[in-house]
Amino acid sequence: MFRREITFPLITFLCILLIWELITRFSGWSSQVFPSPLAVLTSMQELISSGALLKHSVASLFRVSIGFFLAVILGIPIGIILGRIKVAKLLFNPLVQFLRPISPLAWIPLAMLWFGIGDLPAIFLIFLSSFFPMVVATSVAVESIKPTFFQVAANFNFNRYEIITKIVMPAITPEVITALRLTITIAWLVVVAAEMIAVQSGLGYMILDSRNALRMDYVMVGMIVIGIIGLLLDYIMRILGNIESTAWGRLSK
Amino acid sequence: MSAIKIKNLKKSYLDKRRIARSNGSQPINHVIDVLNDINLEFEDGEMVCILGPSGCGKSTLLRMIAGFEQATSGEVLINDAPIEGPRADNIFVFQHSGLLPWMTVWENVELGLRHLENLQKKDETIQEYISMVELTGFEHHYPHQLSGGMLRRAELARALAVNPETLIMDEPFSGLDFLTHMKIREEVVNMHEFMRKTTLVVTHDIDDALIMGDRVIVMSERPATIKLEKKLNFGRPRDLGQNPELKELRDEIFFMLGVSYAI
Repeated sequence: MFRREITFPLITFLCILLIWELITRFSGWSSQVFPSPLAVLTSMQELISSGALLKHSVASLFRVSIGFFLAVILGIPIGIILGRIKVAKLLFNPLVQFLRPISPLAWIPLAMLWFGIGDLPAIFLIFLSSFFPMVVATSVAVESIKPTFFQVAANFNFNRYEIITKIVMPAITPEVITALRLTITIAWLVVVAAEMIAVQSGLGYMILDSRNALRMDYVMVGMIVIGIIGLLLDYIMRILGNIESTAWGRLSK
Repeated sequence: MSAIKIKNLKKSYLDKRRIARSNGSQPINHVIDVLNDINLEFEDGEMVCILGPSGCGKSTLLRMIAGFEQATSGEVLINDAPIEGPRADNIFVFQHSGLLPWMTVWENVELGLRHLENLQKKDETIQEYISMVELTGFEHHYPHQLSGGMLRRAELARALAVNPETLIMDEPFSGLDFLTHMKIREEVVNMHEFMRKTTLVVTHDIDDALIMGDRVIVMSERPATIKLEKKLNFGRPRDLGQNPELKELRDEIFFMLGVSYAI
């Protein structure tokens, strides 16, 4: 079983590599336009040994971490408040629903104006992209907690603090972890776009810079690294979902 | 020690679906009366079994005794003091598991004992009640890792560990297979014999009520009134097949609920 989980995805990727190789050989496009897998691999080695790839990856990951972290730290408590307090929901839910569909990319002009050039506007955009999904997912999770749990809490004389820490937070954990998984992917999508505009580092910047230099092999390296890091981020979030005390969320539904 | 008095209890609520159907032309009564003038008295330490057709308001009555719902009029008194809300000496055992799924059996039983300062005493009490319901070895299992019968036992342990005055059980055997049903029923009876806590059990199983109850209540269809209230002065073990009086009572209740036993 374990072996199949590794070999099957590998087969898919090998097939794609093969098709890619065939296209570069027989399509008639120049290697400038459509570099071969081998050329991309060689370019990747160049970028690794020059340290550029690591530098750009770290820059992107840094921005994502800060923006995502801020969004989670603020989004979950605000989601809990919206889910628990009727008045708060009436006051702020329309605002959240109004801001939520505005693409973070639409904020780029304002973000640059407000925060200038550098890390801040990019972090701001990542924050925006993650904050609203976290708020909405958390408040929906809070509202869908079974009333039985609150009755048990009342029966055992829980105070307000205990209701939050012993009922609400554990009850929403499975759904919040799913939201984290979805949101980190959005954040990772946005970082690349954000870096194409306001900064001089990061994988997004590397891709744009390579395009300007007509180095499609570097562009492809950038895309591949983005995919790999995306996979890793999702994997990390999935490990979070495997914590034993959250297993009920997967098994009892 | 808890004697329960229910005085002129009424419960009604608005059914919004009925408002929606009334087209404006002809106003229809959208107020549903669930309980209509219920008067009951239970003695301290009694096991009271409540029967009634489904949807008649048995569970509503229990939930009001537990303090989860407010009466429209009338009142529920425990030891002559009105119930104002849920409290830890008045424990409700839920129809489907009321265990908190993110806590182990141990942590669930600990809920009612969490303020105990003597940690050794606390651990001993938790272990005592877990052993009492025969869940030794499952202390650190999560609810989703237990069978239906074990879930009921764990919830019973949690309820008893607080040493409540009253135990309120809403269809405690529903969804269990026949043998588990019999086993848990026996355990509830034994526990009641041993601890003599005032215990209210809502059930749809007439045999359960006759075997377990010190008092049997039969409720009518909605709006519910009390159709029958009978003290059962029979010793244990009880055998419905051997006791002509109980057999006759069973036929009477079957008739009352509009079904026949022999078909």
